[in-house]
Amino acid sequence: MAAYLLRRLWQMIPTLLGVVLLVFFLFKYFGSDPAVILGGLNASPETIEAIREQLGLNKSVIEQLWIFVKQIVTFEWGKSWATNESVAHLFASRMPATLTVTVPILVLEVLLAIPFALAVAYVRGSLTDRAVMILSTVAVSISLLVYVILAQYVFAFRLGWFPVQGWTDNHWTNLTTYAPLPILVVVMVAMAPQIRLYRSFFLDEIGHDYVRTARAKGMTENTVLFKHVLRNAMIPILTNVSVALPSVFVGSFLIEVFFSIPGLGREILLAVNRGDYPVIQAFSIYLAFLTMLVNLITDLLYKLVDPRVVLK
Amino acid sequence: MSAVLTANAPKLAQGSEGVWAASWRRLKSDKVGMVCMTIVALFLALVALSSAGLVAANWQNERGVPNAPPTFLGPAPPEATGAVISPKGPNVDLSDIDPLAPRYAEWAERASQFKTTDTVKAETLAFGGDRLGRDVLAKATKGAQVSIIVGVLAALAATLIGTVLGALSGFFGGKVGDFLEWVYNVFTAIPSILLIFAFATIFHRGVTSVVLILALTGWTGIYRLIRAEFIKHSVREYVRSAEAIGASKMSRMFKHILPNVSHVALVQLSLHVVGFIKSEVILSYLGLGVGVDQVSWGTMLAEAQSELILGYWWQLAAVTGFMAVFVTAFALFTDALRDALDPKLRGLE
Repeated sequence: MAAYLLRRLWQMIPTLLGVVLLVFFLFKYFGSDPAVILGGLNASPETIEAIREQLGLNKSVIEQLWIFVKQIVTFEWGKSWATNESVAHLFASRMPATLTVTVPILVLEVLLAIPFALAVAYVRGSLTDRAVMILSTVAVSISLLVYVILAQYVFAFRLGWFPVQGWTDNHWTNLTTYAPLPILVVVMVAMAPQIRLYRSFFLDEIGHDYVRTARAKGMTENTVLFKHVLRNAMIPILTNVSVALPSVFVGSFLIEVFFSIPGLGREILLAVNRGDYPVIQAFSIYLAFLTMLVNLITDLLYKLVDPRVVLK
Repeated sequence: MSAVLTANAPKLAQGSEGVWAASWRRLKSDKVGMVCMTIVALFLALVALSSAGLVAANWQNERGVPNAPPTFLGPAPPEATGAVISPKGPNVDLSDIDPLAPRYAEWAERASQFKTTDTVKAETLAFGGDRLGRDVLAKATKGAQVSIIVGVLAALAATLIGTVLGALSGFFGGKVGDFLEWVYNVFTAIPSILLIFAFATIFHRGVTSVVLILALTGWTGIYRLIRAEFIKHSVREYVRSAEAIGASKMSRMFKHILPNVSHVALVQLSLHVVGFIKSEVILSYLGLGVGVDQVSWGTMLAEAQSELILGYWWQLAAVTGFMAVFVTAFALFTDALRDALDPKLRGLE
């Protein structure tokens, strides 16, 4: 186990190096000149030259790359160009708002999709099954934007069940007052494709011989479905959840923009619009690292769920 | 009986039908797939007409009053003029103290040399107007053109990148394979939405940029599938035979193996069109997509959001309708296409 863990961590290094190189050269050769962005519209050539000097843009590419790597390793990204807020502080202060919305979304999605998908898979081929499938195909084809616009209009503006948007410093108020509408919208929208996907996982399992054997032994349908099928279908479900996990940290940026939630997603979007390179670079690299860690943890979880899995 | 035999005889003589003919036969028997294909074809025809300037070319003309309602709703009720009562009776004669008075006649004469016409703005439009009085239907058509072209071009580019890299990686393996696997790992390590944002930061706005952004970030899934197919096929007997008779590496890769895996690429292409259209809509909504002088479904939705609060729902309805019909039809057509090209997969989902 320890050897496996070490090897996996060792294998991460080249990928991480690649991410660093990709981000560095992407912004170095395709982005605009940072000094021009920072200098603003009326910067004199001297000012721009001074900024270049300050950022180390006059040094050789290798030296610049070295500075970049040092920044990553020491978590010293300096400050956002736009707001002068340190990038580390930006991370720490925007994360809670994002998690307040995304964690309940992920939990609700999985907890609701599993029973519904199991039910739909159980009645496979029936009218209910086909109706759900058609409905989910149509529902998926409408942009998330439309759902958010309509939900905000109907539930908040017209019916007044929720505040239209807002956020406070109090986590509890946020969770109980401002977060429910965004959470509700995303969960409702994600339900259709989620059920569709999980249904296919369950159908795969229901077709297996062990299900027939279990039924032949006289087990109740509940035992068959919840003890046998569900546990076997956990592997693809777990994979699916782990794929979705990194986005928990990025946040549902669209939702954050819509409901003015001061989270990471909105911050990234603001940074993109301002051409705030340090923020985007830092986010890309750290989230890539986080994604790799999550993948590793998922692989370890497989072992927990299914003892047959051999880690190699 | 003999009639049946003679009817079948020529077919047998020709040998078995090709893989594409067989797929087409399967596709034709799928009613839902055929209906959806017709809808998609109609949309593509609309895009072609709109690109050629035959349809919705004047979408920017302000044909109606601002926020003109759809014709079936009738014209909007006149707004209340407010509490200030407009004065009645003749104006006070100011000509004795007005310093400009002597020149009025001269100006009137000069003005009469120009002809002015008042454009009559329609009270209602077929499916309503936006805040400038532009026809929503024409706008949605033009938006369909931009969104669909972006989706299709980006999917084509992503499929091209994915297929070429996947073929190289799967066929050669070894160092080339390792290197491409590393590139793949790097691109998939960064969450896709962040990668899209990173690319959007450095590219300028516009159709070409959106296509590039989506293609450069979206090729990874296709690469993976094509690579697996090439690994599988490169050791098959027909490829070994081709090698034995002296077919070059390029020839084996693209002449022998590629046609045998092209159905995978085609299905992926079709799947990605839908995904990319949705991404374009979101990017444009966020202001990272097409330029400000263009219209796409995303920019229309951005306008529709504030219009809805004021009760002007028609732009939202038009975009949603257009998009839902096209995307549903395309998705179902993709399913039918996959079933037709790869019957083994039928009924799995």
